[in-house]
Amino acid sequence: MNSTATSFVLSPERRDQLHQAAHQIRRDIITAIAVAGDGHPGGALGAAELFAALYFEVMHHNPREPQMPGRDRFVLSNGHICAGLYSALARAGYFPVAELLTHRKIGSRLQGHPARTHLPDMVETSSGPLGQGLSVANGLALAARLDGVQSRVFALLGDGEMQEGQVWEAVMTAAHYKLQNLTMFVSYNRLQIDGAVEDVMGIDPLAAKLESFQWRVVEIDGHDIEAVVAAAQPAPTEDHRPTAVILRTVMGKGVSFMEDKAAWHGGKLSMEQAQQALSGLGPAIGFDDIRHMDGTNVI
Amino acid sequence: MLFSGSADIREGFAKALMELGESNPNVVAMSADLAGSSKVQAFADTFPDQFFQMGISEGDMMGTAAGLALAGKIVFPTTFAVFAASLANQAVRLSIVYNQANVKIAAGHGGITVGGDGATHQAFEDIALMRVLPGLTVVVPADANEAYHATLAVAAMHGPVYLRLARSPHPVFTDPTKAFQIGKAEVLREGADVGIIATGTMVVRALQAAEALAKDGISARVINMHTIKPLDTECVLSCAVDCKAVVTAEEHSVIGGLGGAVAELLAQKQPTPIEFVGVQDTFGESGEPEEILTKYGLSADKIREAAVTAVQRK
Repeated sequence: MNSTATSFVLSPERRDQLHQAAHQIRRDIITAIAVAGDGHPGGALGAAELFAALYFEVMHHNPREPQMPGRDRFVLSNGHICAGLYSALARAGYFPVAELLTHRKIGSRLQGHPARTHLPDMVETSSGPLGQGLSVANGLALAARLDGVQSRVFALLGDGEMQEGQVWEAVMTAAHYKLQNLTMFVSYNRLQIDGAVEDVMGIDPLAAKLESFQWRVVEIDGHDIEAVVAAAQPAPTEDHRPTAVILRTVMGKGVSFMEDKAAWHGGKLSMEQAQQALSGLGPAIGFDDIRHMDGTNVI
Repeated sequence: MLFSGSADIREGFAKALMELGESNPNVVAMSADLAGSSKVQAFADTFPDQFFQMGISEGDMMGTAAGLALAGKIVFPTTFAVFAASLANQAVRLSIVYNQANVKIAAGHGGITVGGDGATHQAFEDIALMRVLPGLTVVVPADANEAYHATLAVAAMHGPVYLRLARSPHPVFTDPTKAFQIGKAEVLREGADVGIIATGTMVVRALQAAEALAKDGISARVINMHTIKPLDTECVLSCAVDCKAVVTAEEHSVIGGLGGAVAELLAQKQPTPIEFVGVQDTFGESGEPEEILTKYGLSADKIREAAVTAVQRK
């Protein structure tokens, strides 16, 4: 890449904490989806480091004052991987961890795809139908500029999502308006529902495309949490372009039978599979697993 | 003094938007390469910081509008009705309406009076597409004065709005001093034999039809249903109870628009003969606006005929 991430070093303790957060987000994703019976584990597992980096290190936000003026904002454009977002929100303190067990169930705030009307203090925009989030993120970034606040806006898109035409409209808008306060992450796991992205509808060379659209582009290992934190730092002040961070990720990361398998975009997850996944991931460290309200173990 | 004689309905919107821009820095307008036609160029020139040119990308404009609104702005994205309702429908549904974002979609060229541009640019289905979205207010002003007051009213309420504006000069007949009440229909003429419920450009034609009907000894009540959603159910029901026959009139398909809304209500609460004046489930064509209106049955004569039929069906 022409541009590289700003150098950034985490203390060993901090790095461990973020690793533990990402690990717990994975355990929560498996537990919540198994309890729901089905869901979208693959992409969520692949974005665990990003969720941990944003909610535990990078973003200026406050669970005790969710609507804090000048807060940074996160837009999950590929809304189907919301099990990871919900876990990050709960672990950051926005709502009780046990509520994760209501995901996808009737009456729950934790809808199958994020719904702002259900979680107005935590979800900046509803998402699910792909290709919509970057436009909303642009609007949030423009509003911050109009208001003269330093708020930064982060968006996450899937790589298959780059096939949606509106994404490229929004890519042009962000560059046209020089939205330096905007960072778009693309989870580049090379898989989508019907198979390999390059077989279904190729998007490569993605970095070169985005650069030619006048974006600053950084490409990193999306599972290297220090690299993710570094890539999420503000661009050099003299560079007015929006930033794209291409996260090389593995669908289903951390769960051996899910890794790199398009089938785990979404579907059923049995309790037996969940048990196998959790034991493969390894025990919770630094966090407590989700428990039922009465304190009993879920899995 | 607002408008008189004949005026473009869009000009009422434009005038109100200028006042809003002046009084409230949180009011933002957007265009998808139709700033002149959407009558927002003056706003763009006067309040450049509050205006965003989005290029030919209606979906992106709607999504960006939602983002601006979710961060506290009152946002008026503008384009043609056919693009707002059809081309950008997903962004409207998800990012604006499902989010309950404070966005006021101001859509010009609603209906068929776009004229020579033909069917591709004529919106017959936009009210139906918008009305079906939960929590979206749908407003169709009947003239430039009403467009002015309606624009101020939708800016003052919180929540998403579809404001449908017609093109072409149009007679100005509403009271320039009367504030606009969202969801509160206006009875423009009392009558007891048949109720004509009209919206937008068909309201003035409904008044003309009522004049003609009076000469035939039929007393027609004329209602300006400027808000399609939320529908003024009280006004429609009392009209059905009093007149026992109803005609709806709209520059829109007879499927799913005002006629649909009235029929849904009356079928359930007050079964009443209804005749529907509107476009009969067909695409349009090029022509002079008046020629198209006549050819597609959107005239005072057709309203009068429909009223006679409705009365006979009692």
